[in-house]
Amino acid sequence: MISILVRRILSLVVTLFVVSLLIFTVMGLLPGDPAAIMLGTSASPETLAALQKQLGLDQPLPVRYLAWLAGVFRGDLGQSYTYGVPVAGLIAERLAVTIPLALIAIVISVLVAVPLGVQAARSHNRAFDFVAGLFSYIGIAVPAFWVGLLLIILFSTVPGWMPAGGFPGWDAGLFAGLKALVLPAVALALPQAGVLTRVARAAVLEVMNEDFVRTARAKGLSDGTAIWRHAVPNALVPVVTMLGLQFTFLIAGAVLVENVFNLPGLGRLAYQALSQRDIVVMQDVVLFFSGLVILMNFVVDLAYLAIDPRLRAGAQ
Amino acid sequence: MRKAFHRPVFLIGLFISLALFSVALLSLVWTPFPPTKMNIVQKLKAPLEFGLLGTDQFGRDVASALMVGAWNSLSTSILAVALGASIGTMAGVIVAMRRGWLELIVMRGCDIIFAVPPILSAMMLGAFIGSGRFTAIVAIAVFMVPVFARLTLSAALQIWTRDYVAAAVGMGRSKATITRVHVLPNISNQIIVQVTIQLGLAILTEAGLSFLGLGMPPPAPTWGRMLADSQTFLGQAPWLALMPGLAIALAVLGLNMLGDGLRDLLDPRDDS
Repeated sequence: MISILVRRILSLVVTLFVVSLLIFTVMGLLPGDPAAIMLGTSASPETLAALQKQLGLDQPLPVRYLAWLAGVFRGDLGQSYTYGVPVAGLIAERLAVTIPLALIAIVISVLVAVPLGVQAARSHNRAFDFVAGLFSYIGIAVPAFWVGLLLIILFSTVPGWMPAGGFPGWDAGLFAGLKALVLPAVALALPQAGVLTRVARAAVLEVMNEDFVRTARAKGLSDGTAIWRHAVPNALVPVVTMLGLQFTFLIAGAVLVENVFNLPGLGRLAYQALSQRDIVVMQDVVLFFSGLVILMNFVVDLAYLAIDPRLRAGAQ
Repeated sequence: MRKAFHRPVFLIGLFISLALFSVALLSLVWTPFPPTKMNIVQKLKAPLEFGLLGTDQFGRDVASALMVGAWNSLSTSILAVALGASIGTMAGVIVAMRRGWLELIVMRGCDIIFAVPPILSAMMLGAFIGSGRFTAIVAIAVFMVPVFARLTLSAALQIWTRDYVAAAVGMGRSKATITRVHVLPNISNQIIVQVTIQLGLAILTEAGLSFLGLGMPPPAPTWGRMLADSQTFLGQAPWLALMPGLAIALAVLGLNMLGDGLRDLLDPRDDS
C-alpha cells in the first residue's frame, strides 16, 4: 500500500512539474513580446527595455522558468501588471467567490441527481425513468452560461427577486453573499446534475440485484429502505468519481458563469487578465486551475484505492 | 438496419442531427435575409414582427444569423474533432502496438492535457496569436486528443489479446499490418460513436469560447457571441437570449442522442 502511495505521489509531482513547464513554455514561446503587447505600439524603445527588464524578459527562458517556479514554492506568484498587487493575494481574494460557488453547485447537483437517479433506477423502463433520462439528456446539452442568462431573465430582470449579477462581498453578510451566488450556482449545477443523474441511475441499477440487497429485502426491510441503506451507499462511489472527473468542466463552466453574473471570481480574473494582457496573472491562474484538476484526479485515484481492495491488490 | 427503427433515441438523434447539418449547409446558399446586413430602423423587433425570429440591436435578422451560426459552429467543431480524433487515434493504436515506455509517456501526456480546460488553453493561445477560428479549433482539438488516445488504446489492447491476432502474429504479419487489417477495423465503431459525442462537446465548447470573444471574430455570426450580445438587452429583448441557446442545446442534444443510439446499435453483444 505504502509503495503504491509513494508511486502515485511521485507521479503527481512529475505531472504538476510538467504542466508548469508546459504552461510557461507556451506563454514564453508564443509569438509576441508581452512587454510590447502591454505597452501598445506607441511606446518608446527605452520604456520597452525598462519593462522587459522589470518583467525579467531580458533573461533566457530557463532562468525565467526557474525563477517563476521558485517563486511559486515561496508563495510568491509575482506582481500583476494591471492591478499592481501580488498575484497570490489576488487569487486568494477571488477564491473567496469561486470556491463557495463551486461547492454550492456541487451540493445542488448531488442533491438533485442522486434522488433522481435512484428513483429512475427503481422505476427502470417506466415513465419516471424516461423523464429522468430526458432531464439528464437536456442537462448535458444546455450550456451553463445560457442557463445563467435564462435565470437572470426569469428571476431578475422581469420580477426583480434576485440580483442579476455582481457580488456584494462577504462583508455585506452571509445572506447577501449567498443570495448573489444562488443563481450562478444553479446554472453551474444543471449540466453537472445531468451527468450525475445518469451515473447514479446506472450505478444503482447495477447493485440493485446484488446478493446483499436481496438479503436486506429478505430480512424484511422495505424496498425503499433496502435500496437507500444498502444499494445507494455502494452506488455513490461512481458518483463521487464522476464528480472528480467532471471537475475540469466545472471550472470551465465557472469561467463562463462568473462572466455572465459579473462575479469577481477566479474565472473572471482569468478573463480580465486575458483582455488586459496581464501575462503573469494568466500564467498563475492557469497553473492554479490545472493544479487543482490534477490534485482532484489524484484524490479520486486515492479514494478508489481506499475503497476497492481489488485495485490495491492489482496495483502491486 | 431494421433494428434502427425500434430505437427512439437513435431516431430522434438522427433527425435532429440531420436537420442541423441541413440548416448549416442551406445557409451557404440561402438565408431569409443577408445575415450581417444592418437595418437600424428594424432593430430589436420581436419574433414574427420582423422575419421569423425578430432582429438584434442592429436590425439584423436573427433567423439568418442562427443559420449561418450553425455552419460556423459546426464547421469549427468538425475540424477540431477531426484533428483531435486523428491524432488521438493514431497515438492510441501506435501505443497499443509498441507498449513499454511509450505507453507511459503518452498516457502521462494525456493526464497533463486533461488538466488544462479548453477554455483556459484557448485563453492562453488567444493572448498571443489572437482569438479566432484557428485558436478555437486548436484549443478544442488539443483537448480531444487524450479522449481518443485513451479510448483507442484500451479498445486496441483488447483486440491485441484475441486469438485471430495471435494467429496473424504467428503467420509473421508485421505489427503495422495487424494494426491496419485487424485492429483499426475492429475498433472503428467505438471511434465513430465517440466522434459523434465529442462533436456535441465541441459545439458546447465553441459556444463558450465565442461567448467570451475567443471564437470567430465579428461580423461572422456565432451562437456564442449572439448570446454575449443579448446580455445587454435581457430586459428589452429576452428572445435574443433564447434562440441561440436553444440552438446550441438542440444541436448538442441531437448529437448526444445520435451517439448513444449508435452505440446501442453497433454493440455486437446486444442483438436481442
